[in-house]
Amino acid sequence: MAYSEKVIDHYSNPKNVGTLDKSKANVGTGLVGAPECGDVMRLQIEVDEQSGLIKDAKFKTFGCGSAIASSSLATEWLKGKTVDQAMEIDNMDIVEELHLPPVKIHCSVLAEDAIKAAINDYRVKNGLPELVEEKKH
Amino acid sequence: MELKLPIYLDNNATTPCDPRVVEAMLPYFTEKFGNAASRNHSFGWAAEEAVDYAREQVAKLINADPKEIIFTSGATESDNLALKGVYEMYQSKGNHIITCTTEHKAVLDTCKHIEKLGGQITYLPVKEDGLIDLAELEKAITDKTILISIMYGNNEIGVLQPIREISKIARKHGVLLFTDATQAVGKIPVDVNADGIDLMAFSAHKIYGPKGVGALYVRRKNPRVKVTAQMDGGGHERGMRSGTMNVTGIVGLGKACEICMHEMEAEAKRLSALRDKLENALLELEESYVNGNREHRLPHVCNISFKYVEGEGLMMGFNKNIAVSSGSACTSASLEPSYVLKALGLGDDLAHSSLRFGLGRFTTEEQIDYTINAIKDTVLKLREMSPLWEMFKEGIDLDKIEWAHH
Ligand SMILES: Cc1ncc(COP(=O)(O)O)c(C=O)c1O
Ligand code: FES
Repeated sequence: MAYSEKVIDHYSNPKNVGTLDKSKANVGTGLVGAPECGDVMRLQIEVDEQSGLIKDAKFKTFGCGSAIASSSLATEWLKGKTVDQAMEIDNMDIVEELHLPPVKIHCSVLAEDAIKAAINDYRVKNGLPELVEEKKH
Repeated sequence: MELKLPIYLDNNATTPCDPRVVEAMLPYFTEKFGNAASRNHSFGWAAEEAVDYAREQVAKLINADPKEIIFTSGATESDNLALKGVYEMYQSKGNHIITCTTEHKAVLDTCKHIEKLGGQITYLPVKEDGLIDLAELEKAITDKTILISIMYGNNEIGVLQPIREISKIARKHGVLLFTDATQAVGKIPVDVNADGIDLMAFSAHKIYGPKGVGALYVRRKNPRVKVTAQMDGGGHERGMRSGTMNVTGIVGLGKACEICMHEMEAEAKRLSALRDKLENALLELEESYVNGNREHRLPHVCNISFKYVEGEGLMMGFNKNIAVSSGSACTSASLEPSYVLKALGLGDDLAHSSLRFGLGRFTTEEQIDYTINAIKDTVLKLREMSPLWEMFKEGIDLDKIEWAHH
């Protein structure tokens, strides 16, 4: 299968690969997927306590090129957003932006799940209730 | 020598035609286009002569009699004809066939079909190294067993089954032995008599011949084996396979076999040295593992898992310049990782992380050197990106994590 230019670009020059200190209260970590499924994504956000904006986001992904590109794109989109705005990111936005073919939609779903998991981790750490997912994949 | 890109290291999937094969085929498209079954004119005679000559070339490579060669459209058809043909022909003797879990789909799916017809199939497991257990094979034989179907060399891991020992067991119990030798013929010495093979499938496009042509060897003496035709029609190939002969393809298969006959030994030596160079260099990477038995193996194949990186993601790092294949589910339509690797007992994670390298006649040392560097760089780059690698390095036991399965 041929990859889109954008997927290749994110794969070759991934944005925001790395690790944030997960012990910090203002860092939320989401770890989704499973090694047996061939994809594991870890996405982290660091929230600025004053402004409530996401000031940093990092990822590490075990998976195909589309999964790597989806998570790289997600971290770019997260930076500068409020946590509430981040919650709005939909996997179909990722599909559209990266021109993912149907068989690769689940890679984008994983990225959305990772964002939500990171936000929930952040919320729980800060005494807020977990947000339940209204969309089931 | 100048390095030409892209590099083709997927010779288990198919091989390019050798130019000498193409040259031998060309006249049979145009001047010598006759139907080998036309008995009354020179066009037919020329075609028949070409087919007969090819039959000799093919037979010689495997030490068979030319009369024991049936031309088919490829190994898939040969597998079907052998299994279904024996099942039908020997129905009065029994309905039990023994095969193993790492066979090619052309064998496994044909066996599934036979099960639906009322046949009984035993799918032997393989050991961790991909070899079957001979004691288990013998135990599986019943008075209803008519056929043992075990492949010669595996297409994904290159492991060679002990065909001679299997044959001894088959002979002892009066059971026929069929082997899918698609990956082995032309690569290593295969001798139907010394090996004690009763039926054998192989294909031209794996040995630098054209696609769409292959052969089934059917023993004529000690014992005389018969198969029921699966294609009805004009009664070609002594009634076992009707259909106008694919003369050009058959000429190509014959020439391909002849070249292998002369060059196989030197080629195997050269390729196994290159393969070992590639393999040893890649094994310098931490947490990389060879899949399958390294000793009983085709000389040009190697299958390696690079733990904590995913196969398709890995291939993307170099597949503009290097063609290999992966056992990763992401590369398959089914989203299931390789059943062969799973049959070895590999966890899904390791199966997802595998690459298969298939070297061939036109592989050069420069290409291998380039490949070593490209693969190493990509594995290291992706591990920097892999959460699993980070956890492994921190000493976290990945099996203890509760993963959110989809
Ligand atoms: C072991 C084995 N059997 C059968 C086949 C099918 O061969 P063909 O493409 O000639 O039908 C292949 C090739 O993929 C193979 O590797
Ligand atoms: S992670 Fe498997 S297809 Fe994308």
